[in-house]
Amino acid sequence: MSTQSPDTQTESETDPQAERLERKEERADEAASSTTETAEDTVELKVFRYDPEIADKQEPRFDTFHVPRKQGMTVLDALMHARDHFDSSLTFRHSCRQAVCGSDALFINGSQRLGCQTQIQDLNNSDTVRVEPLPHADVVKDLVVEMEHFYDQMESVEPYFDPSEEPEGEQLQSRENREKIKMSTRCIWCGACMSSCNIAAGDNEYLGPAAINKAYRFYFDEREGEERQQERLEIIEQEHGVWRCQTQFSCTTVCPKDIPLTEHIQELKREAVKSNLKFW
Amino acid sequence: MYEHDVLVVGAGGAGLRAAIAAHEEGADVALVTKLHPVRSHTGAAEGGINAALRNGDSWQDHAYDTMKGSDYLGDAPAVETLAQDAPENVIQLENWGMPFSREDDGRVSQRPFGGLSFPRTTYAGAETGHHLLHTLYEQVVKRGIEVYDEWYVTNLAVTDEDDPNERSCHGIVGYDVQTGELAGFRANDGVILATGGMGQVFDHTTNAVANTGDGVAMAYRAGVPMEDMEFIQFHPTTLPSTGVLISEGVRGEGGILYNTEGERFMFEYGYATNDGELASRDVVARAELTEVNEGRGFEDEYVMLDMRHLGEERILDRLENILHLAEDFEGVDGLEEPMPVKPGHHYAMGGIETDEHGQTCIDGLYAVGECACVSVHGGNRLGGNALPELIVFGKRAGSHAAGRDLGEPKIETGKPANPELEDLDTTASLGTVGDDEAAADGGLAAEDPETVVDAAVEREDERITRLLEKDEGTQHAEIRSDIQKTMTANVNVFREEDALEETLHDIRDARERYEDVYVADKSRTFNTDLQHTLETRNILDIAEALTMGALARDEFRGAHWRKEHQERKDDEWLKHTMVSWNDGQPELWYRPVILDGENKTYEPKERSY
Repeated sequence: MSTQSPDTQTESETDPQAERLERKEERADEAASSTTETAEDTVELKVFRYDPEIADKQEPRFDTFHVPRKQGMTVLDALMHARDHFDSSLTFRHSCRQAVCGSDALFINGSQRLGCQTQIQDLNNSDTVRVEPLPHADVVKDLVVEMEHFYDQMESVEPYFDPSEEPEGEQLQSRENREKIKMSTRCIWCGACMSSCNIAAGDNEYLGPAAINKAYRFYFDEREGEERQQERLEIIEQEHGVWRCQTQFSCTTVCPKDIPLTEHIQELKREAVKSNLKFW
Repeated sequence: MYEHDVLVVGAGGAGLRAAIAAHEEGADVALVTKLHPVRSHTGAAEGGINAALRNGDSWQDHAYDTMKGSDYLGDAPAVETLAQDAPENVIQLENWGMPFSREDDGRVSQRPFGGLSFPRTTYAGAETGHHLLHTLYEQVVKRGIEVYDEWYVTNLAVTDEDDPNERSCHGIVGYDVQTGELAGFRANDGVILATGGMGQVFDHTTNAVANTGDGVAMAYRAGVPMEDMEFIQFHPTTLPSTGVLISEGVRGEGGILYNTEGERFMFEYGYATNDGELASRDVVARAELTEVNEGRGFEDEYVMLDMRHLGEERILDRLENILHLAEDFEGVDGLEEPMPVKPGHHYAMGGIETDEHGQTCIDGLYAVGECACVSVHGGNRLGGNALPELIVFGKRAGSHAAGRDLGEPKIETGKPANPELEDLDTTASLGTVGDDEAAADGGLAAEDPETVVDAAVEREDERITRLLEKDEGTQHAEIRSDIQKTMTANVNVFREEDALEETLHDIRDARERYEDVYVADKSRTFNTDLQHTLETRNILDIAEALTMGALARDEFRGAHWRKEHQERKDDEWLKHTMVSWNDGQPELWYRPVILDGENKTYEPKERSY
């Protein structure tokens, strides 16, 4: 890449650019020869396959791909390599490949992670990488799962700023308050937390960690006003709301954005208790 | 057939803002996106949103900085509209709950950015785009606006009068990625393209994999000119291994760049003696590559960006996201070590030609955001100016499509009767190969709107069926990768005539191979193989227009650097490059730049930093 030159003086031994290109070529040669020597150095990628339409793939199975190992290779890189070089029907969601779009949450070597954020060398067993769709969600095809339920839960907490009075001009917000909600605003809707949650797996109506975190983000935003805050509390306090959480910390463990989800849920439980006590 | 008043294609910042505006005007509006709104690439924007909010600053200064930054290739009416409308739009975001970073007194924070005469970049940590995207989507949910997510729009339903200026757009053809259903969508009042960037034309880019320029290519084939496509911004600080962006905010906060000699080269080698690391992006990108080319780069590939001296507290407060990116994608701890950076493709200044209301020359067709060229960025976009563009022009297009009167636009669109034509002297043959695979026609005879949409669906159905029925041939991934490589090697920061010619030959070759393309996956369920094959065709058209424009423009302006032509030639080149589709061939012509603003004319001055 970027081997282009801003000026093309005739090559001479003192030309730094020629020297640079030479060094670069040497390095490329070295890299090439080391690849030949270790041609077997591949990552064994075991990928879940399923397609409801194609006879051969209607029975779920695992396909194995041998992907050449590269320095810094992520699980997403390996999947893309397998797709572009071995089987173009291999299907998975991905887009930004920098951990902000949240579309490539997968079940990798037994835990929920973003494919793009997971370096293969950082996995416990980096020789065999097993990639499955997120558990507890319906599989559409291969690694793609149905996200509708997740989106529905997110939307059920009225996930939008909704002040009691329409603001006029710039509203002030203290730095402390912004700091308070900071982590909760980082959610990228990847669904890893929901997939890891045992309670959500057994109770389809449970709001789940992502939606409760979204509620937290607005509940604690001082710009919304007390009236709205009370309404928000009622939403999260419903039968399948915060009280279902059994503090197993799975959501917090898998969150790719390090959001302290379990803590946020506990904090809302405390708010609910405080609020209820007022009426006594 | 689905039917709405206004259809917005793409649900990133511009699309969401347009949909909200149209809804506020009372229109029945729907968003159609190949992702889900929160997956849009706006979410990756880091730095901030420029708006003149404070005493001591003014929209006039913002407009002036933007014109200067554009190297006088911005159109003044568009630039002034951006600067005038940005403050109220930023406050609107605040009112919608966007979690901006705050000053001690609780007001929205602002910070300095490259090329700005006032610290007017508002921001939310180093993840401004994420918060912008989510805030806008929240408002879409609040209003109950319909979203067709994971629907890939394959083409527009446009009538086929001979003159594109007389055509009208009645809808789109959508492909439901999950089920494989192909359906017509009729728009009673307008279609707004908000499909974002086209970074997948290059192989080292900050852009998402989804950024394949679909909207630009669709509009182009329907007869709308592509404007200033050769102006591509290469961001000076991307991580070498992945192209992940390290925000300009790092330099804005005081981060420094140095070479292998430990020299702060922006000052020491005189690239930008006044502004150093905060010079415009094009200046910094060239400086870095020059350092590397002259042998003062690390691994002969990159330079170092250091923010350690800012201190942990400030970094965590304002740039925390950068620490995560450097750690996750380059294995570097930004608190302990400098970060390796090099220039990478970042942003398309050019795109679908529009006026300040977002209208194209085709009746009922609009474009906003990165896919559009209302011409606010000209030859070089200032950091922090992309996000205000999304909200300012997104809002305008949405409300205009829904019927609001915004007055007579000052920017003209569409090919005039006697344009300044340019015969591009090249050895490569350009344009379509074969029958209609890579060609544009204007749609169908102007009958009633429903017939136009139905016929467009039928044509797309034939195209898709053909791709799926073919049993063997070339795979799109190979073609896409070849285009990306030739573009990165030859149409990058530094450009030379021979290399540009070579790229046109490579594109021709790729077009020929695309004739033989086939889709190995025969499933109708979530067929990304098919979707990427359709996208690859769009990449071909965009790469060609971009390279043609770069070859024809034999001067040095903004981000466009030509080895053989090391000066800005204002006498000859104060004009926009336009590429129109004409009978299976791209046609090159020019339109003058509008330097006359509301109360002043922006006189070109030499850019010095």
